[in-house]
Amino acid sequence: MNQDQHVDYLLRLGDNALILGHRLSEWCGHAPILEEDIALTNVALDLIGQARMLLTQAGAVEGKGRDEDALAFGRDVLDWRNVLLVEQPNGDFADTIARQFLFDIWNHQVFSTLLGSTDAELAAIAAKAVKEIAYHKRHSSEWLIRLGDGTEESRARMIRALDVHWGFVEELFTPDAVDQAAFEAGIGPDLAALRPEWDAAVAAVLDEAGLERPEVGWAVHGGKTDGHHSEHLGFILAELQFMQRAYPGLAW
Amino acid sequence: MSDATLDSKGGAGPAVADDPKRRAAFDARVAAEGKVEPRDWMPEQYRKTLIRQISQHAHSEYVGMLPEGNWVTRAPTLRRKAVLLAKIQDEAGHALYLYGAAETMGVSRAEMLDALHEGKAKYSSIFNYPTLTWADVAAIGWLVDGAAIVNQVALQRCSYGPYARAMVRICKEESFHQRQGYEAMMALAQGSPDQKKMAQDSLNRWWWPSLMMFGPSDRDSPHSAQNMAWKIKRESNDDLRQRFVDMTVPQADYLGLTMPDPDLKWNEERGHYDFGEIDWDEFWRVVKGNGVCNRERLQARRDAHDKGAWVREAAVAHAEKRAARSLAQAAE
Repeated sequence: MNQDQHVDYLLRLGDNALILGHRLSEWCGHAPILEEDIALTNVALDLIGQARMLLTQAGAVEGKGRDEDALAFGRDVLDWRNVLLVEQPNGDFADTIARQFLFDIWNHQVFSTLLGSTDAELAAIAAKAVKEIAYHKRHSSEWLIRLGDGTEESRARMIRALDVHWGFVEELFTPDAVDQAAFEAGIGPDLAALRPEWDAAVAAVLDEAGLERPEVGWAVHGGKTDGHHSEHLGFILAELQFMQRAYPGLAW
Repeated sequence: MSDATLDSKGGAGPAVADDPKRRAAFDARVAAEGKVEPRDWMPEQYRKTLIRQISQHAHSEYVGMLPEGNWVTRAPTLRRKAVLLAKIQDEAGHALYLYGAAETMGVSRAEMLDALHEGKAKYSSIFNYPTLTWADVAAIGWLVDGAAIVNQVALQRCSYGPYARAMVRICKEESFHQRQGYEAMMALAQGSPDQKKMAQDSLNRWWWPSLMMFGPSDRDSPHSAQNMAWKIKRESNDDLRQRFVDMTVPQADYLGLTMPDPDLKWNEERGHYDFGEIDWDEFWRVVKGNGVCNRERLQARRDAHDKGAWVREAAVAHAEKRAARSLAQAAE
């Protein structure tokens, strides 16, 4: 794996965490119940903390003097490497839970593998992150069950939300050249091989929620490989980067 | 955060015909610094006053998430973003303990929230001011949390046990919030001309509303006497306000910022800063709902509550189904 690919791989992980953390932080003060204001903020905070460590490591491997903030606030859409799933809008609470659940199950698999990464710094980050992600997974799974097995309305909303997000799952498991190189270098997992376990874990939770696996005939790709994102990312960046764009080069 | 403006309507309405013997014993216990606990007998007016005060304090923490949340997605660095999120999460936690403390007096969180949404219960007026720049996040930490600490340190000695104990934990966290706000303000005050301008402008806008957080002047706060006697309130609005001014002016000097008060000067004889008259018309205007953000803040809370109704209903329905299933299993 060459250095560019190594940096690119770390950016994927960092960007996923930062963009999903950003989305969750939009709930702050607007959640359905006070306990969820706390929980969603907590998950956002974990993800932003993970993003800081991952982007710092990406900058270190790159060796061009870019720190976490240079990477977070200085790149435009085409240079972001997150998967399309995490940039999707919050929608209603069922949308947020569907997006989170599908991601959390995958993310937990990925970070569990990263515990043994040949990138020792990444393995150390994973050791901290995997405990947090285990909590995220429990939180989103429990809500998926509550909503699926709650009222008729919540069930209908949960079914719709899973349908809306299901087409973003394939990108998680489709390795490109960077994923393949990371796997071969012992840095990252074999993405395609994670799929059966993911299917089983998701099926178990769907079953407990009394929900069927969505039958969705579409799948979209693009974020992680080419920076070909949905239209949403540009607006996320407009907010995220506002201060650094308006007042470049200052200390805060 | 806590705001003495909320006490301005006072709790001492018409006297309730309480049992005189129990009342005398209650008064004696409180006078001797004994704590009142949830199962203890208490005068109806004491209960009402505390429910109002604690629930308004909880609402303030809850609504207070909004002006700061306004900057979470735009924080200038990832470190600042993480710190701000952690702070807002603490505030949600404070709201949770405080609703819990109020519930010990026999009122449910749902009832308290209904009162907020219907405009019957107040929250701290300070949150009806807008956060226009990043410096406002720093100013809220430094000044608003700073004022809240002055109020809340006094409330750690409140006669009602659950409230006093909640204040101990809350004060520790607020003290951290105040320091992070001051540190964020320091970065601005030592920064570029644009940053200094932002810092000074936020001080100009937040200073007077922060002073208003201590409530009306003692001369216009007729209900304080009973609350003082019951040790619900431990110090007068004006004394607390003076303490905040004395504490904060040197901090502003250190930052090199100018207080927006031409009458502010050290009074050697009193050993305190003298300061100008608060614009009480503005104070009452905002308390009565006519500040810049009153309508938006309340609407944001109502919207979150209304849009979340189906989620709360689902959680209850699921818990009931689950309980029924385990009951059925147990019967098998």
